[in-house]
Amino acid sequence: MPKLTVDGVEIEVENGLTVLQACEQAGVEIPRFCYHERLSIAGNCRMCLVEVKPGPPKPQASCALPAGEGMEIITNSPMVKKARTGVMEFLLINHPLDCPICDQGGECDLQDQAMGYGHSGSRYTEDKRAVSEKYMGPLINTIMTRCIHCTRCVRFSTEVGGVTDMGMVNRGENAEITTLEKAVSSELSGNVIDLCPVGALTSKPYSFMARSWELQKTETIDVMDAVGSNIRVDARGNEVMRVLPRLNEDVNEEWISDKSRFACDGLRRQRLDKPYLRDSDGKLNPASWDEAFAAIAKKLTGVSGDKIAAIVGDLCEVESMYALKQLMAKLGSQNIDCRQDSAKLDANARAGYLFNTGIANAEDADVCLLIGANPRIEAPLVNTRLRKGWLSGGMRIGVVGQRHDFTYDYDHLGAGAQTLQEIADGTHSFADVLKAAKRPMLIIGMGALTGEDGAAVPATARTIAETCGLVRDDWNGFNVLNTAASRVGALDIGFTPGPDGLNVESILAEAETGDIGLVYLLGADEIDMSRLEKAFVVYQGHHGDAGAHVADVILPGAAYTEKDGIYVNLEGRVQMGRRAVFPPGEAREDWTILRALSAVLGKTLPFNTATELRGMLHAEYPHFTKVDSCEPAAWENFGAPGTLSKTPFGLTIENFYMTDPISRASETMAACTRDFASDNGEASGTNG
Amino acid sequence: MSDTFEFSPENLATAQQIVAKYPEGRQASAVLPLLDLAQRQNSGWASDAVMDAVARFLDMPRIRVVEVASFYTMISMKPVGKYLLQFCTTTPCWLRDSDAVLAATEEHLGVRLGQTTDDGMFSLLEVECLGACVNAPIVQINDDMYEDLTADSIVSVLKALKAGETPPYGTQIGRQTSAPDGGAKVLNDMTFSED
Repeated sequence: MPKLTVDGVEIEVENGLTVLQACEQAGVEIPRFCYHERLSIAGNCRMCLVEVKPGPPKPQASCALPAGEGMEIITNSPMVKKARTGVMEFLLINHPLDCPICDQGGECDLQDQAMGYGHSGSRYTEDKRAVSEKYMGPLINTIMTRCIHCTRCVRFSTEVGGVTDMGMVNRGENAEITTLEKAVSSELSGNVIDLCPVGALTSKPYSFMARSWELQKTETIDVMDAVGSNIRVDARGNEVMRVLPRLNEDVNEEWISDKSRFACDGLRRQRLDKPYLRDSDGKLNPASWDEAFAAIAKKLTGVSGDKIAAIVGDLCEVESMYALKQLMAKLGSQNIDCRQDSAKLDANARAGYLFNTGIANAEDADVCLLIGANPRIEAPLVNTRLRKGWLSGGMRIGVVGQRHDFTYDYDHLGAGAQTLQEIADGTHSFADVLKAAKRPMLIIGMGALTGEDGAAVPATARTIAETCGLVRDDWNGFNVLNTAASRVGALDIGFTPGPDGLNVESILAEAETGDIGLVYLLGADEIDMSRLEKAFVVYQGHHGDAGAHVADVILPGAAYTEKDGIYVNLEGRVQMGRRAVFPPGEAREDWTILRALSAVLGKTLPFNTATELRGMLHAEYPHFTKVDSCEPAAWENFGAPGTLSKTPFGLTIENFYMTDPISRASETMAACTRDFASDNGEASGTNG
Repeated sequence: MSDTFEFSPENLATAQQIVAKYPEGRQASAVLPLLDLAQRQNSGWASDAVMDAVARFLDMPRIRVVEVASFYTMISMKPVGKYLLQFCTTTPCWLRDSDAVLAATEEHLGVRLGQTTDDGMFSLLEVECLGACVNAPIVQINDDMYEDLTADSIVSVLKALKAGETPPYGTQIGRQTSAPDGGAKVLNDMTFSED
């Protein structure tokens, strides 16, 4: 614990900190460009110069200097001030100063620090260098003349992203950042845009769209995967212009995936903005809300509860699902389900469907068994944790399922459930590895749960967890990697078939035979719609996607940026999404649609405001009151032991860039699909 | 200059020898010697295929090889002539009139720095200090240093090379290594006492 002084104030800091970190702890701001607390130290921008005694009589780069006992650090001396203006002057020599036409203008580190630490004018009259633009894919726009060679982007893509596409070639005045004219093949590539301290790397879809100061910023939650990344939605007027990550150490740190960041242009296209009714010719015609509700009421007259069913989609917030569940109960139906992919998840045991270890704790594990999961595309921000654990702590990873480039090394143990059984029996050598580990964990992906033996897999995994010491009082290494943002919340409120109810598969089967007469789809687009052709389909959602195409009545709802709502992420963290813009046209927030419909049906739901709804929700499920926290789940019995199939585990996500109605409507995601999905073997064969 | 590159059998053996010098898991350290080896086999320049081959051989990302290759002037990323002339123009050489040596060369060959003669014989490159300042000005021609050059002597070296001869490398003014130009300058009148 070295003791040192920063500008005369004595402070004691932890071992192993740098001078820059010590200064931060002392509350002194040190300007920097290349240093970033989540990346390795480069020490090449020289902006963080400070005066250190004892030491040579010259300023030193504080980011790369270890804090030592008795150091006297001075950050406000004439020497430091002169050093900073000098560095700033050098950095600006080759910087174009085109701030008025730069997308970074207004949120630029270089701009801010030039104001704070630079000269008021320029003494440089010679020619500036110009650098040719580089192609970095459909997401990253480059104006490389602005680059100051901090190499943050290179370090991010290499260290966090785990891809070696970016590098700095040449040297000295000719140094350039390049990807050798190929796209950055990471699903986290968009983060280099945030990391870039200047306007060299900017967002391609957002280029010249808006200025940062004219945007209304709303802090909310992402729904593109089940991680529940904390995001900030920037809107101008009633239009979402861009999505940026928000800091949350427990969830997404300060990164988000490219889908979370760039799918927002899908919010402007293919929107359902008024109710529609299908006429006798099979054509959808615009209708009023009253006509739409009346059509549903007419259809429901005299229909018994067991002839109707409801399925919720992947992007729904808890409130609307709760309202729908109540409405279905009032209609006398137990045929409700949230598991569009037929994953055999048991709503009765919370530990059986959560990522119990917690996202942040996952990086502390020393052994990890991946079962039918590809976290790299199913939950990129869980994958960064695994990669971090592998890089820093030497986490050992075993894979049962398909081989992928996970961005870390792994032992491929087997392709399907049989290997799992061997580990559970203790006959596989990996069982000993798990037993010997201090903090072992396993992660079950949807690919392992959607097969015919889907219920037996969690049971076998539970056996592994119990026999190999994955579950202790202080550690729970049993994890399910959900991919749908709504799934954990839906399971929490029990949006699963009642004792006599039908699950998704049975609903579809009975809809084919005509036994189910009416199916209510709340944003459900991922099921085989051709099987619903006989049934009367009510689709409530925000995009004209698969569900809307078979619907007989369309009720336009709100997308995740257009409503307040509770989301529960895969680790069970309750988070509050906030409305950034209003739903388009006549579309309404989803719970209000269900409330209005219930009144028309004569089954009025017992709440009139969102607050009343949440009050009921909180009374019934108290853990929803604890926003931003994870309620640990008790270890219970779940899963049904049974015969394990010999079929290898599949994958539920074929194309990372298109998994839901919003990303399917996004032009940016379509461009990514063309550029990336065909390269890495994830293409369905119809791409490109 | 071909689209593919593979180490010749003898270079492959050398390459394996070079890699063996580094600890297990640190093969990437061999990137510079291997690039040098490979570009010698590939008419003196590291094409994309050369860098790909080195990257594959060392199991390292291609961009990391490109970073190294582009950093050092001793790795050429463009085709070069049979003789690569590296002109030192750093202070000591410059003080000894390296400008004249360079100008004479450019005039004699009709090409500028960074260019190659049409017959594919000579490429001109400006480099920083070559570390032979005592014999300035110097030009490195492939692996040999030609020292104490003047506008005239560089032209005669070039003529000899063009004629297929190998002019003697080292000093061009006949002094012994880097001993003083024109013989000993001090201690010439040294006498020793009887005792």
